Amino acid sequence: MAFAAFGSAPTTEHKGPTKTSKIVLALLMPGLVYLGLFFFTPLISLVITSLEVPDASGAIGAYQYGFAWENYVTVVTTYMPQILRSFMYAGIATIIALLVSYPLAYFIGVKLRSRPLVQRLMLVLVIAPFFISFLLRTIAWKQIFSDGGAIMQTVYSLGLMPTSQHFLGTDAAVIFGLTYNFIPFMTLPLFTTLERFDVRLLEAGSDLYASPAKVFRKITLPISMPGIISGTLLVFIPIAGDYVNAGQNFLGSSKTSMIGTIVDTEFLQTQNYPIASSLSVLLMAVIVALVSLYVRSSGTEDLL
Amino acid sequence: MAIDFKPSGADLELIDVRKDFPGFTALEDMDLHIPAGEFFALLGPSGCGKTTTLRIVAGLEEPTAGKVLIGGKDITNTKPHERPVNTVFQSYALFPHMTILENVAFGLRQRKIEDPLKKAMDALNLVELGYAAERRPQQLSGGQQQRVALARALVNRPALLLLDEPLGALDLKLRRQMQIELKAIQMEVGLTFLHVTHDQEEAMDMADTVAVMNKGHIEQMGAPEALYERPKTAFVSKFLGQSNLFVGSIVDSNKESLSIEVGGHKITVPKDRAEKQTGKIAIGVRPEKTTFHRSNPKLSSDHVVVGPGEIIDIRFTGVSNQYLIAIPNVGDVTVFAQNVGISPVIELGEQVWVSWKVEHSFGLSDLPAGNEDE
Repeated sequence: MAFAAFGSAPTTEHKGPTKTSKIVLALLMPGLVYLGLFFFTPLISLVITSLEVPDASGAIGAYQYGFAWENYVTVVTTYMPQILRSFMYAGIATIIALLVSYPLAYFIGVKLRSRPLVQRLMLVLVIAPFFISFLLRTIAWKQIFSDGGAIMQTVYSLGLMPTSQHFLGTDAAVIFGLTYNFIPFMTLPLFTTLERFDVRLLEAGSDLYASPAKVFRKITLPISMPGIISGTLLVFIPIAGDYVNAGQNFLGSSKTSMIGTIVDTEFLQTQNYPIASSLSVLLMAVIVALVSLYVRSSGTEDLL
Repeated sequence: MAIDFKPSGADLELIDVRKDFPGFTALEDMDLHIPAGEFFALLGPSGCGKTTTLRIVAGLEEPTAGKVLIGGKDITNTKPHERPVNTVFQSYALFPHMTILENVAFGLRQRKIEDPLKKAMDALNLVELGYAAERRPQQLSGGQQQRVALARALVNRPALLLLDEPLGALDLKLRRQMQIELKAIQMEVGLTFLHVTHDQEEAMDMADTVAVMNKGHIEQMGAPEALYERPKTAFVSKFLGQSNLFVGSIVDSNKESLSIEVGGHKITVPKDRAEKQTGKIAIGVRPEKTTFHRSNPKLSSDHVVVGPGEIIDIRFTGVSNQYLIAIPNVGDVTVFAQNVGISPVIELGEQVWVSWKVEHSFGLSDLPAGNEDE
């Protein structure tokens, strides 16, 4: 399954003890109970909610079970633009994150090997943004990109953009925020793969008549594939469901709303629980389908 | 044979090659010429510059000064992938994400040679690993991986094949077996081999010519037999096999020979086997060329006799016994005696004399460490 891609260590065929002892079961219990209570129960509840219809009383926020699969039709027809936009944003932000992270991870994991201290420091810098709340950082960017901020003032004074236009609320602003917020999830798995990369293979490649570009394409890239797969998944999945960056209070506008933003509004403001739930279930289904397809087509099974 | 290799590789020339690393010099003005088709070994202890030499030839390291020529063409400033050279790395460096067959075909594919898979398969058959073509490197043993690395380099028919201690990671038995196979393959394909090793037996066993390296330069170069019979420096005499060395000033000299005096004994070397013929010199003899006697043998002047001394150590090594004899004012002398059943039964602490033929002495051009400033 798709989730096998998250484990970046190449697992050789290893036949562990086949007898499941009572101790193993006992050790598994807390995890199973936790998953049952906090993953499967809410999931089932969510699916049931997604099939509900408004209560006979007509009170706001009151619903009853009705096997209303039409909810899904409503959701798809009403929110198609937002659904497409979510996956487009997620795709673009993932690609940018990969393009930025790969050289960075290569530099930290391969070039800085001889200086472990600098290497550690660089890793801390990659993780450092997490020391500050996600919301605060996004609000800070809103401040930085506001019309009165230094950046926009410079852009306006250089005449690069008419003052009637703004950066905040555009597709670019939201994609920037998404990329920025999730980039460490790309850098870290890439780093763990590249950290173990045997650079002597590069010499072997060039010794066997491959130019540096060919060596990268034929050797470095395929060997770092597990890191690329887990990094892109770790970035793509949360971005597709993100509801902060695209929100109007943050970097977005009414023209940038994503599935997450809609779910947020439907759940918390309009209290249309069935619509919010069916949108959530739909998002989950599409992500699972896309990810399975991706992992299968990238042919990483034999790397794992 | 399955692969139709070119009759021979190209010759390699290093001219005044020098390599400085921050803080030390790995190679000092190295001059080297390896004729086409030869099996050449660079032998030396770790840190002597032999691997640096190999990496400079492969293009993986840039020389600080000097030139590298292959087949008469200056390739000093070309990139590794532009050189007609292939390397068998010590770590094998097989690509883990490819099958064995794809590993071997890699070089052929890069040069867009026709029919790469068939040629790769032929090369795998040459190293008797055709059956493993579809496996991954991790699924093979060390010896098998080593053979894949060899096939991956050989299949390209390079002008020069570089071997960077390729047998270093194998156990003794497998190493000896691979030495025989490697030599057989070299004779078969006729390529020029440059083999780097710290194993003197391996170098002497396989190479046509051996260059002994020490501290960034070549101490002595020649056929293995010549190097062993006539080591010219103290380093070579000790690194290649064992030697008994005696240091003293020349006290006697005639047309044929020179003699030095050491602790009241006269040690003689033929003039044509002495590198240095004035002042203080070192004379050596191989332990297997010496014999010991229970009484003073009173031999003619074509023998050297030292003693008496006391036997302080006896080691049984299978084919021979090694005796260590402490001779007052001379030092410790090692004697090897074959276990043929006729050597005298001798005990620790017995008094013996040691002798050898003058023609087996060799005179060195330098003095062993510790004698320089006297």
